Amino acid sequence: MALSATTGRHFNEHQVLHALAHYLPAQAPLKDFIHHNTLHGFQHLPFNRGIQHASAIFGYRVSLSLTEYRSLYQQGRIKPAVLDELITRRKGYDEVALWKEKMLQGTYQKDLPRIGQLRSNWKREYKIDLDSLVQPLLFRILCSYLDQGISMWNFPVSNKGFLASLREMEKNSFTSFFKGERARELLLKGHTQMRQLLRLLVGYDEQLYEQYLFDQQFAHQGWSGMAATIEVQPNTLLDHRKITLHDLICFELLLEIDALDDHFNGQWLPLEYTIKEKPLPLFAEVKETELDVVTLLWQEAFEWSYYDEVLAGLQVTDNHQRPVKPDFQGLFCIDDRECSLRRHLELEAQGCETYGTPGFFGVEFFYKPDHGKFYTKLCPAPVTPKYLIKEIGVRRKHSKDAHFTKGTHSLISGWLITQTLGFWSALKLFISIFRPSLSPATAYSFQHMEKHSKLTIENKHTDHTENNLQIGFTVEEMALRVEGLLKSIGLVNNFAPLVYVIGHGSSSVNNPHYAAYDCGACSGRAGSVNARVISYMANHQQVRKILGENGVSIPDETIFVGGLHDTTRDEIEFYDEDQLPRQLRELHQVNAASFQRALAHNAKERSRRFETINTNRSEAEIHEHIKRRSVSLFEPRPELNHATNALCVVGRRALSRHLFLDRRSFLNSFDYQVDPEGRYLLNILKAVAPVCGGINLEYYFSRVDNQKLGAGTKLPHNVMGLFGVANGIDGDLRPGLPSQMIEVHDPVRLLIIVEHKPEVVLRTIQVSPETYQWFVNEWVHLVVIHPETKALYRYQEGAFFPYYPQTKQIPAVESLMTLIESSDQNLPVCIVK
Amino acid sequence: MTEYLQFFIFIPLAGFIISLIIPDRQELLLSRVAFMTAGVNLVSFQGFLIYWLWQGSPVLNLKEIVLYRTDHYEFLIDFFFDGITATYLFVGSLLIFMVTIYSRYYLHREPGYKRFFNTVLFFYLGYTVTIFSGNFETLFIGWEILGISSFLLIAFYRERYLPVKNAVKVFSIYRIGDVGILLAMWMSHHLFEENIAFLKLSNYELVSHHLQIHSWAGIFISLMILVAAAAKSAQLPFSTWLPRAMEGPTPSSAIFYGSMSVHIGVFLLLRTFPFWEHQVSVRILIALLGLATALLATGMARVQSSVKSQIAYSSIAQIGLIFIEIALGLKYIALIHFAGNAFLRTYQLLVSPSVVTYQIREQFYHFVPRQQSIEDSWPKRFSYSIYMLCLKEWNLDSFMYHYLWQPIKWFGNRLGIFTSRRTILFFLPTYAAGITLLIFRTSLPQELIFILPGLFSIIGLAMVFKSFTERIHARMSWILVIMNHFWVALAISLNEQYSFSHTLLYLSGISVFGLVGYFTLRTLKQREGSIDLHQFHGHVHRHPKLAFLFLVASLAVSGFPITPTFIGEDLIFMHIHEHQYLLAFFTSLSFIVDGLAIIRIYARTFMGPHVKSVYDMAYRSS
Repeated sequence: MALSATTGRHFNEHQVLHALAHYLPAQAPLKDFIHHNTLHGFQHLPFNRGIQHASAIFGYRVSLSLTEYRSLYQQGRIKPAVLDELITRRKGYDEVALWKEKMLQGTYQKDLPRIGQLRSNWKREYKIDLDSLVQPLLFRILCSYLDQGISMWNFPVSNKGFLASLREMEKNSFTSFFKGERARELLLKGHTQMRQLLRLLVGYDEQLYEQYLFDQQFAHQGWSGMAATIEVQPNTLLDHRKITLHDLICFELLLEIDALDDHFNGQWLPLEYTIKEKPLPLFAEVKETELDVVTLLWQEAFEWSYYDEVLAGLQVTDNHQRPVKPDFQGLFCIDDRECSLRRHLELEAQGCETYGTPGFFGVEFFYKPDHGKFYTKLCPAPVTPKYLIKEIGVRRKHSKDAHFTKGTHSLISGWLITQTLGFWSALKLFISIFRPSLSPATAYSFQHMEKHSKLTIENKHTDHTENNLQIGFTVEEMALRVEGLLKSIGLVNNFAPLVYVIGHGSSSVNNPHYAAYDCGACSGRAGSVNARVISYMANHQQVRKILGENGVSIPDETIFVGGLHDTTRDEIEFYDEDQLPRQLRELHQVNAASFQRALAHNAKERSRRFETINTNRSEAEIHEHIKRRSVSLFEPRPELNHATNALCVVGRRALSRHLFLDRRSFLNSFDYQVDPEGRYLLNILKAVAPVCGGINLEYYFSRVDNQKLGAGTKLPHNVMGLFGVANGIDGDLRPGLPSQMIEVHDPVRLLIIVEHKPEVVLRTIQVSPETYQWFVNEWVHLVVIHPETKALYRYQEGAFFPYYPQTKQIPAVESLMTLIESSDQNLPVCIVK
Repeated sequence: MTEYLQFFIFIPLAGFIISLIIPDRQELLLSRVAFMTAGVNLVSFQGFLIYWLWQGSPVLNLKEIVLYRTDHYEFLIDFFFDGITATYLFVGSLLIFMVTIYSRYYLHREPGYKRFFNTVLFFYLGYTVTIFSGNFETLFIGWEILGISSFLLIAFYRERYLPVKNAVKVFSIYRIGDVGILLAMWMSHHLFEENIAFLKLSNYELVSHHLQIHSWAGIFISLMILVAAAAKSAQLPFSTWLPRAMEGPTPSSAIFYGSMSVHIGVFLLLRTFPFWEHQVSVRILIALLGLATALLATGMARVQSSVKSQIAYSSIAQIGLIFIEIALGLKYIALIHFAGNAFLRTYQLLVSPSVVTYQIREQFYHFVPRQQSIEDSWPKRFSYSIYMLCLKEWNLDSFMYHYLWQPIKWFGNRLGIFTSRRTILFFLPTYAAGITLLIFRTSLPQELIFILPGLFSIIGLAMVFKSFTERIHARMSWILVIMNHFWVALAISLNEQYSFSHTLLYLSGISVFGLVGYFTLRTLKQREGSIDLHQFHGHVHRHPKLAFLFLVASLAVSGFPITPTFIGEDLIFMHIHEHQYLLAFFTSLSFIVDGLAIIRIYARTFMGPHVKSVYDMAYRSS
C-alpha cells in the first residue's frame, strides 16, 4: 500500500484510519501474545529502506549504536575479513579505506523524527501540555471499558461500542467526564464526525489532519494499537468489547477540545492559525543518509560474520551414518529451544533420530478443556480451524488463591481478611522466598491438558458438530494430515518401533508475558494436545491403511507416543503410555531414561546463560535450580525463550547434526528427495518465514530499541485490565518484549538455510506473494545449500548467487560440557565429536 | 535495656553507609550488605523482643544526645520504645528482610541495582528513626528521610517522564505533611515550654494541665498532626498520591507503598494518641475523616482496572478504618489491623504480575458474562454518576491543583516583572535596609516591630513563589530559594531579641550549600548549555556526580538533617510567638514551597528523559 493516506488536499477518514491501524503496534492481549515483526507496517519496503523510514518517521532506533558495533568489531565478533569483503562488494575496492574510516571514526548527528512535530505546537505556541491533561483520564476510561476482570464494578455500559457507551453515560449522569459544556454537548448531540472535531482543533487545512492524528495516536501507540487490534479481532477478549480506533480518536479529540476550552476559557484558535511553519509531511521522501549507509554496513558485517561460520560448518560432511534400524525417533518443534535438547538426545541415545517441524504437528483445531467455557486455538495464528477437540474425564479442580479474590478489596470483608489472611500472607511470602513451589499463580505447562484425560479426536459422523465446528477428524482428514506431516519432514520409511511426538510449553510465575514463552505454532499455548492428537492419528489402523496406499507404510509394530517438553523446567511428560503394547513398554522405559539424561544436560547447557547459577555444579543441582526458577516469584527470567535466535535450517538432520549451534537455530526437517518439486517445501517456508521471521524480528527490534519498540524493564510493570502491561498506573501500554527477555540477544536477522536445488527454491518462494515479500525485501536472509554438491547460494535481489565462506576451519570440540562451562556468552560454531 | 535501643538505629545506618561505598556492579556484595543489615536487625530485634516481653514490656525512653543547648532550649535526639514501636519494628524488619532477599534476584542486572539498595536502606533508616523517635524533633528527622527516599524510589526510573513527575507530586504532598509536623512542633514548644518527649504525653496530668490553659493550642497541634498523618497515610483529600507512587520496581512499591510508608501516618496518630485522647472533637474528626476515606477509597478501588491501583485504593480504605479504630481508642485492634494490612498488601503487590495467569484461567473455566455487582441495582443515573466520580477519583487531583498549587502559580506568575537583575537590584538595597533596621531594632517604634517580621516573611514567601514558578532560569530559581531563607532569618531576628548565633546556625548550612548548589548549576550550564526549567533535562545521564552533589546541596538547603540548618530551622520557629499564627503560617508555607522549588530544580535539570538523545528515550506517555 501507499505510504501516505492523504492524497491531495482532502482528508479521507477511512484511509487515514486504515493507515494508522497499519502502522500501530499489532500486539494482541497478553493471553494471546504471538511474536510478529514489530515493524510489519514497513514490510512492503526492502528491510534497509523500511527501517530507515521507520526511524526517520517514528523515531525508532532500528539498529545497534555505532559505539556498540565498534565494540563488537574490537571484540572480533565483527570480522575484519567479512567487513572488507562487504565494503568491496558494495562500494568498490578503492573505497574500502575511506568507508572503514567512516565506520570506525565518523561522528554523526541524527535529525529529530517527524512524528509529533505538528502537535508539539500546543506546547510551543500555546504553552499547554495537552497530553498530560488528556491522557491519564483517557487511558483510565479506556482501560476500564476494556477491562477483562480486574475491577469489581464493571464499566456500566459496554455493549454499545465505546463512543455510544460514553454518550449513554454522559446522558444519564449528574456529573461528566468533561470539564466544560461544549465538548459534552458535541458528544451528546452526536456531532462527533472526525472532520468536524478536527476542524475545531486544527482548522480548515485538511492536509494537516492526517499528520495531527498520527501525532496524537503515536503519542500513546500502546493503547491505540490495542484498540485497533481488538477492533479486528474482537474474540481475543474473552469478555467481548466493541471498540474502534475511530471511537477512540473521536473521544480523544473531544477531551482535547475540552482541555483547551478549560485552559483558555474557550478563547483559543485552531492550530493552523498559530503554527509558524508547517512541518515536513510525515510520509515525505526519506533520504538515505551517510549514517544510514554506515549503520547498514555494520549490521550486514555483523550478520555475515556469524552466518559465515555457520555456512562453513554446514559444508563439512558429517560422518555419522543414518542408523539402519533406529531405536526410536523423536519429532520436536522447530523451536530454537529444542535445538540443544535434540543434540543431547542424539548424543545420549546414539541409535535415535530426531526431526523438527512446527509444533502444532500439522493438526489445526480448537481445543476445549474439560469444564472450560471457551475454545482455544491450537495452530498458527493466521489459520482458522474447522475442527474442535474436547477434553473429557478430568477430575482435578483448579486450586484457588484468596489473594487474588475481590473480597480483599472490599471494605468490610477486607477488614476481616486483612486481620486474618494478612498474617497468612506473611507466612506465604516467607515460604515463597525460601521454598518456592507451584502455586495457583503459576502458569504451568502440564496444566494445559491433564495427562490422563480423554480427547475426542475421531469424528464418526460429520454432522457431529458444535458451534459450526466439527468435533474431531474423520479418517480421511486424519490420513491427510499425517501424510502431510511425515512427507514434509521426510520420514517416510525406516520407522523405529517408537516414534515420539514432543510438543513444548513453558512454566513461569509472576510473568504477564507467559504466552510468549509457549509454542508459537500453537498460538502461544503448550503443544501437548497437538502431540497427542497427531500420535493418535498416526496409530489409527485405517489411517495407516490409507497412508500405505500413498507410499508411507508404517509397520504395525510402530507406535507413536505424544509428549510435552517443558522448556523452562526441562521436564517431560508422555501421554497414553498405558496403551503401549507390552513388548514396547520396556523399550519405552529405556528411551524415557535417555530423555531424562538429555534433559539434565540441556538444563546444564541453559544454565550457562544465568549468572545466578554456577554451571560447574552437578547436573542434579543445576536441574533443581532450573526448576526452581520457574516457580520463583522473584525470578524475572524463568528462561530466556528465543533470545539469541539467528538461524533456521530447513533440511535433513544430517546437514546440521554434527554442529554445535548454541540453541540459536530453528530446525525444520525436510528431505529434498521426498519432495523434489518443492510442494512440501512451500508449506514449510510459508510457515517458517512469518513464524520464525516474526519471532526473530520481534527480538531484533525489542533489542535495538527496548524503550520504544520493546516493553522496557518488566520490574515496574503494572497489569492493565488483564490484557496489557504499563509502567505505573497512568502510563501507555507497553507492547513488545521486556528487557529481561532480550538482553542477551544479538540483533541479527534470521538466516534461513534450505537444503534443495536453487532453481526449485527460487520457484517455490515466488508462489505466494506474502511469503515472497519476506525474502525479496530481505526481512530474512536466504541461503540454499545444494544437497548433492554442498555448494552455497545466497539469495539477493531476486536471484541466487554462489557464496563462498571465508571461514576455512571449524574447530572441533572433544567435550561439549567443557565448552559449555567455559563462557556465558555466545559460543562459536563448532563440530561436536 | 534502654541502651540497646540505639543499636536498632545504628544497624540500618551502618548498612546504608557501607552500601554507599560499594562499587556499582558489585551485585553480590550489595545484596549481601542489605541482607546482613536486614538479617541482623531482624534477629537481634526478635531476641530483644522476647527479652522485653519477658521483662513485662516496659516503656523505654533513651535521651540519646543533646545536639544543641541554650538556656531555655534543648535540641535532643530521644528514643522511645513501647508496644507500638515493637509492632512497627516487627512488621518492618520482617518485610524488609524478605524483600531484600526477593529483590536480590528480582533486580539482578538492572541498571541502578546499587541505587536501589542504597535507597531501600536509607528508607529503612528513616523508618526506624521515625518509629523509635521519642520526641517530635527525632521524629522529624526520620520523617524527612522517609520523604526524600520515597522521592528517590518513585523516581527510580529517572530517565522516564512519568516516574519523575509522580515523584515530585508525591513529594509535594509529603511536604504538606512536613509542615503539619513543623507547626505541631512549633506550637508544642510554646505549649509545654520545652521539646516535649512523647513519654511525657502519656502523663495525663501534665498534658491536661497545659491544655486547660491553652485549649486552642491543643486543638491546633492535634489538627496539624492529623494533616501530617492524613498526608502520609493517603487519607482524604491526599489519597491520589498512593497509586501514583507505584512507579518503581514492584518490590519497592510493595514494601513501601503497600506497607511501611503508608502506615506511618497511622503510627503518628498512635504515638500522639495520649495527647489528643481527651479532645473529643478531634477524635470525632479523625473518625469522620477515616470513614469518609474508607467509603470513597472503596468506591475507587471497585472501579480500578489496573492491579496496582486497585491494591493501593483498597489499602487506603483499610487505613481509613484504622483511623476510626484509633479514634475509638482501640489501639490493639488498630495495631493488628495495621500488621495484617501491611502483610497482605505487600504480598498482593508482589504477586500482582501473576494476576493475568490466575484470572484468565479462572475466567476460562468460570466465566459469567457481564458480572452483576451491587451497583447495578441502583437507579441508573445515580449509579452512572457515582461510577464516573470514582473513575475520576472524585476530582481530588484537580481539587488539590486548584486550591493548592494554582494559587501559588498564580501568585508566582504575577511576579513575572521581576527578572533576575531586577530581583537582585531589589534584594540588595531592601535587605541592607532590613539589616539596618535590625541593628537599630531597640530604637524602633513598637508598631513597626510588630509589622516588619510579617512584611519580611511575605517578601521571603514572594521570593519562593517566584522561584517555584520560574520557567527558565534554574540558577535564578535557586538564588531565590536562598534569598527566602535570608528574609526569614531577618524577619525572625526582628521579631524577637535573641542571640545572633541562632541565626548563624540557621544560615550556616544554607550559605555553604547554597554556594555549592549554585556552582553545580553553573558548571552544568557551562557544560550543557540550556538547563531551562520548563522541561526535564535528564542530565544525571551524563553528569551523575554533579547530580549527586546537587542533591546533597538541595537536601542541605531544604533543612535536611545533615547540616546545622536543621536545628536552626527549629530554633527559628521557636522565636515565633504562639499567637503569631500568620507569621508561623507564612514561614512554614515558605518552607514547604521552598522544598518544592528545590526538588523541582533538581528534577527538571537532572531527571527525566535526557534532552539530547530522543532516540534512546522511552515515550513520554510510557
